Amino acid sequence: MTLEGARERWVRTGGVELCVAELGDPAQPTVMLVHGYPDSKEVWSEVAARLAGHFHVVLYDVRGHGRSSAPQPLRGGFTLEKLTDDFLAVADAVSPDRPVHLVGHDWGSVQAWEFTTVKRTEGRIASFTSMSGPSLDHFGHWIKKRVSRPTPRRVGQLLGQGAKSWYVYLLHTPVLPELAWRGPLGKQWPKILRRLEKVPGGDYPTPSLPTDAAHGAWLYRDNVRARLRRPRADAYAHAPVQLITPLGDVFLSEKLYDELELWAPQLTRRTLPAKHWVPRTRPDQLAAWITEFVTTTEGGRTTSAATGPYADRFGGQLVLVTGAGSGIGRATAFAFAEAGARVVAVDRDAESAARTAELSRLIGAPQAWAETVDVSDEQAMEKLAEKVAAEYGVVDVLVNNAGIGLSGSFLDTTSEDWRNVLDVNLWGVIHGCRLFGKQMAERGQGGHIVNTASAAAYLPSRTLPAYSTSKAAVLMLSECLRAELAGQGIGVTAICPGFINTNITSTARFTGVDAVEEKRRQKKSARLYGLRNYPPEKVAEAVLRAVVRNQAVVPVTAEARGGRLMSRFTPRALRAIARMEPPL
Amino acid sequence: MQREWLRERGVRDWFHLPFAWFGDRTAFVDFRIPLQFFPTNRRLEAGMPFILDMAPVYKGFTADIGYSGSLGPNPLQDRLLADLEAHRELILREVRERRPLREIYQDVDRLMVRQGYANRHRAYPFGVIAHKVDRVKERRWSPHLFGFGTQSLKGLASDAVHGHRDGWSPLWSPYRFSDHPPRPGLWAVEPHLGFRGTGAKFEEILVVTDSEDPEQSAFWLDDDLPHVRRWAEDK
Repeated sequence: MTLEGARERWVRTGGVELCVAELGDPAQPTVMLVHGYPDSKEVWSEVAARLAGHFHVVLYDVRGHGRSSAPQPLRGGFTLEKLTDDFLAVADAVSPDRPVHLVGHDWGSVQAWEFTTVKRTEGRIASFTSMSGPSLDHFGHWIKKRVSRPTPRRVGQLLGQGAKSWYVYLLHTPVLPELAWRGPLGKQWPKILRRLEKVPGGDYPTPSLPTDAAHGAWLYRDNVRARLRRPRADAYAHAPVQLITPLGDVFLSEKLYDELELWAPQLTRRTLPAKHWVPRTRPDQLAAWITEFVTTTEGGRTTSAATGPYADRFGGQLVLVTGAGSGIGRATAFAFAEAGARVVAVDRDAESAARTAELSRLIGAPQAWAETVDVSDEQAMEKLAEKVAAEYGVVDVLVNNAGIGLSGSFLDTTSEDWRNVLDVNLWGVIHGCRLFGKQMAERGQGGHIVNTASAAAYLPSRTLPAYSTSKAAVLMLSECLRAELAGQGIGVTAICPGFINTNITSTARFTGVDAVEEKRRQKKSARLYGLRNYPPEKVAEAVLRAVVRNQAVVPVTAEARGGRLMSRFTPRALRAIARMEPPL
Repeated sequence: MQREWLRERGVRDWFHLPFAWFGDRTAFVDFRIPLQFFPTNRRLEAGMPFILDMAPVYKGFTADIGYSGSLGPNPLQDRLLADLEAHRELILREVRERRPLREIYQDVDRLMVRQGYANRHRAYPFGVIAHKVDRVKERRWSPHLFGFGTQSLKGLASDAVHGHRDGWSPLWSPYRFSDHPPRPGLWAVEPHLGFRGTGAKFEEILVVTDSEDPEQSAFWLDDDLPHVRRWAEDK
């Protein structure tokens, strides 16, 4: 089957025989993966393979699923108490002396919440990573609270989750769900998963699906009504909990976890833009978060160092920023570092890239590296892409930010000038998107690309023909790429900042004037940008927000937003402004 | 506390009252008006950076000094403090070269940006990196205005008036009125680095003389200071 190299054993408990698979070195900490509905332990095959290098990985088929036997009779055989017996039996068999690290998805997480919150398992669980499965007791209290004190928002939340739970009601009807699963639904299920949930095909789901799903209906019938009506009042977690919330989950609202800190004091939150079946669609990210959480818990720490906004989203992710030696690039690298991301700072100036990497480590990046590369150099970029993939992994967020300024009328701009600007501002972005975007697409687990365009991309002017052209190209490139990569869960954003106080003014070239005049204009424009005094840190905030919200085009600063409106509604006014000479 | 301690030891007037900033107030996060320099109820907690800055006047002589540190280890502030050394060297070198103060200010700015930091002395009144200090007359009654001693303010104001006629200013700022070579006297120099909620500064007296010898034309009044000792230890 799909779990390659797994050692199998059978654990007999409470009248059933459970099929248990083990991977990795038993001397390492034990990570136990519990599957959901309608699944079998093979749902974890991708994640388990990634974890096996570090941990003793244990998976088992929940009773009635996969190759484990089903209780007789089925009714009353799937209560959470019995599932807890099963867990303890497996834990005692595979790790009798040390507590285990639990990981649960869907119903596996619902069960694991029970394991983590009942008294008799205390000391057997070292940590718990939950995804897409709330505790039924917490859920019960959540509903009670909203029913007993209905405010418009609470009623909205109730109705929202109520609508998302449609399948739960269906599963409570007798016989029909079993018939459907053993009949047409079971046959169509792989196709449905592929189509709606974007779960990659291959050897998942397993052939046991119809029986798994038919038996598993009793998970709902035996527990849901009982627990929601009379939720336990003492359902406090006695181990650190990591909550991973897929934001695109169509079955569970993220609002369910609003007050989870009350029940789980040592809570680490993670979010990722994905649908329900994250063990199939995002194995790399899950394995990374589980590894980090288990390692820090084993080391005696529970909280992560990152404190910045969006730490739940970017913690541990790999972010590559070009032009990271100064200005917007450096501020963006720092913002990602504060959110706990691993940062690759790329700049053609080695010293400033190293500086960015060093400071990134000091403010929260678990790791940060400096790479000295000129983005316009295709071969150097190819080498960089190879090195990053080999040594640091596939980039989760790519920020193509490196750019240079060039001012001067079109007739004064030489073809050499044109080449310089386009090489950095356009070709740099093309190389970045091509090389790293390809890696993202091949991995097939989502990602995000941010390209720094400019308000000049849609504001014509007689003084910036080359620069504006290069940035307009970047804007359109981003829009096209966004359309192309949307199907693969990769977002593309174009950031359009206005006048930002960075050193681009003092490095910009001014064509058609001598060196002294160029120096003067650089100083003058630097002074004007300084008076505007819009800090690059605010652009960096906009970048992170854009990634989280997957925005397409983000104008930053008032003049950029106003310009964008004008370019849509009053283009003639913009053309008139474009004719004016700026006060330089 | 410091006020009382110094009062008992003969300090009767202040150039400015002692300031203490803790946590992200060391980087003047969201400071817009100078009144925000005044103390809040924030407590110093483990790992927090702090800055102390005071300027007592003793028998008519003004000392304006500042010092940064943190309670327990704070690797980020350590880095900032280490990077201040380059600023101390840069300022002394360029003062000895008799560069205009405004240009030195801009060079300090550039160095900060290259280091990745924000210039936080820009938040001080007039954005000064330094100001002149002078002898002040001892009076029995020495009130202060917004934390600054009126006697010292009077000195500064009269310097400003004289300087204005001769084309110099007792305030070392990024503005045009500082576009002149360093003026002999005592300058309290206080470069202040800020980085994402952590700040660090030192404030020392720089002695500027009219000597021809570059070594004697400018020097730091005291080289045996906590931050200077730290830099020496790290080497």
